[in-house]
Amino acid sequence: MTAMQTVPRTGTGGGTDPRRGVAPTPGATRPAERRAERPAQRSQRLRHQFVAWGFIAPVAIYMIVFYAYPLFRNLDLSFRDYTLASFITGEAPFVGIANYVEVLRSPTFWPALGSTAVFTLGSIAVQFALGLALAVFFYRRFPLSTTLRALFLVPWLLPLLVSASIWAWMLNSDSGVVNAALAVFGISQVNWLTSPQTSMIGVLIANIWIGIPFNLVIMYAGLQNIPDEVYEASSLDGANAWQTFWRITFPMLRPVSAITLLLGLIYTLKVFDIIWIMTRGGPGDSSTTFAIWSYRLGFGGGSPDLSPAAAVGNLLIVIAFVFGIIYIRTQRRTEDEL
Amino acid sequence: MNVRTKRTVNTTIGVILTAIMLFPLYWMINVSLTQPVRLRKDPPDLIPIDPTFDGYARVLQDQLPYLGTSLIVGLGTVALTLALSAPAAFALAKLRPRGGGAVDFVMLIAQMIPGIIMAMGFYLIFFNWGILDSVLGLILADSTLAVPFGVLIFTAFMSGIPEELMSAAKIDGAGAWRSFRSVVLPISRNSVVTVSLFTFLWSWSDFLFASTVNRGGELQPITIGIYRYIGNNTQDWNAIMATAVVASIPAAVLLVVAQRYVAAGVTAGAVK
Repeated sequence: MTAMQTVPRTGTGGGTDPRRGVAPTPGATRPAERRAERPAQRSQRLRHQFVAWGFIAPVAIYMIVFYAYPLFRNLDLSFRDYTLASFITGEAPFVGIANYVEVLRSPTFWPALGSTAVFTLGSIAVQFALGLALAVFFYRRFPLSTTLRALFLVPWLLPLLVSASIWAWMLNSDSGVVNAALAVFGISQVNWLTSPQTSMIGVLIANIWIGIPFNLVIMYAGLQNIPDEVYEASSLDGANAWQTFWRITFPMLRPVSAITLLLGLIYTLKVFDIIWIMTRGGPGDSSTTFAIWSYRLGFGGGSPDLSPAAAVGNLLIVIAFVFGIIYIRTQRRTEDEL
Repeated sequence: MNVRTKRTVNTTIGVILTAIMLFPLYWMINVSLTQPVRLRKDPPDLIPIDPTFDGYARVLQDQLPYLGTSLIVGLGTVALTLALSAPAAFALAKLRPRGGGAVDFVMLIAQMIPGIIMAMGFYLIFFNWGILDSVLGLILADSTLAVPFGVLIFTAFMSGIPEELMSAAKIDGAGAWRSFRSVVLPISRNSVVTVSLFTFLWSWSDFLFASTVNRGGELQPITIGIYRYIGNNTQDWNAIMATAVVASIPAAVLLVVAQRYVAAGVTAGAVK
């Protein structure tokens, strides 16, 4: 299974042609009986729809109760003033856009927006570059290459909380192995996670490490879809490895790259565990993204400010959806090109 | 350079790159075996000199209930996800009703919703339903990580099953449910394994839902167990890393036992 095969396929899946699934009734082939069969056929078609939706109904209900309803509650929450008392009385006054105004005016807003942009773009740019470079390297197929490539997947499978804990200790100012290694080169102690100047770099390093395997695997699958003849032609023309990469491989990987980058963007916007475990968004607001800000307002200890937290979350969802729509459009276009 | 030396050079570079990539894992194991008194040494010990298993003893002493909860939540989430997604995918792939495309679209969009937003919605809803801080609530919340993924993976796989098989089943008098149970589901075994593995892993790894909808529950998963260790003031990294090693076991098992399913899931997971 490769990305190119499965990604576009899941893009549209079934249902593009609603009639294709209706099996022709045996009687329909006999012209004399056709007219008489019509009402029966229609009822059979209806029955078919009914049966099919019977299979889908549980998931449809599930999506309404466990996706649409929480989203609605969240939206509703963001237009009310929900306090601890609201849990007891069940009532929260409607306050219009007051929570959004509060969030936009908060001193945290601009730093959080900046951190979200830096964290997201920094992560995907480096992950993608390293993932692509590694994919090209492993595509050379040497002894052990398959095993080593499989081992590269491990960081992606670990619980995020475990990865974040490891990096938090490795980047520890006094006893971390990273600072010990830097000391060998004469670089003095860096307070990775405890200084506002470097905390973002600290969480970026961890998040990039986690994201490399995904980029590697997808880009490797993309490489597998480039026909060998293209390379043969290029080597016949006397192109060297560098030219082959920039003139052939890279342009042919454009559709896969677009999908990988956009997916990376959407999923990095959501990242919560890594930053929360390593810095809790601090020191100060120095590594506070929207996801962290929202969590901190709602569940970060102290009295929960659920309503502003919901407002921050809804701003995040708007950003995610914009890129989500771009992703789906790109994916459909890629599929058309194939 | 002849082909053989070139290959050797590539393998050497590959081994070095992999070693760098996996160094944090080595470090986790190293720290999990290091005496707490030696942990603050500068520079740190590169290998566990005079190793200790106290960290693991503490895991057995403190963390077994958390591990058990994670196991129950993981299995519950897998069961719920399979029960919901496989039949729906069968209908989308093989019965192709009107509006099926819209269902697919919803599944794609659903995966893009940041978890923190879902968590806040669940918090209020579960409070009203009285299942806040319960294993059931956590299973329901965790299943939202996997159900859309399951539907999309199953649909992709089942679309590839030949129509002839379906027609044959129909001629034999099998209804839709029978065709699903006896024909499509057995053929889809690989995708069942892939979806189950990833669902279990995501549920096992979940921290966001555990720390919101189950923050005060009696039964809490292993991610909360580690978080408690990190949060308390002693900052006993030896025990933290020992717990981290144990919490990584499912991922390791997955990679060893089911490597090909993992690769399939990651690439197909481009929709995740």
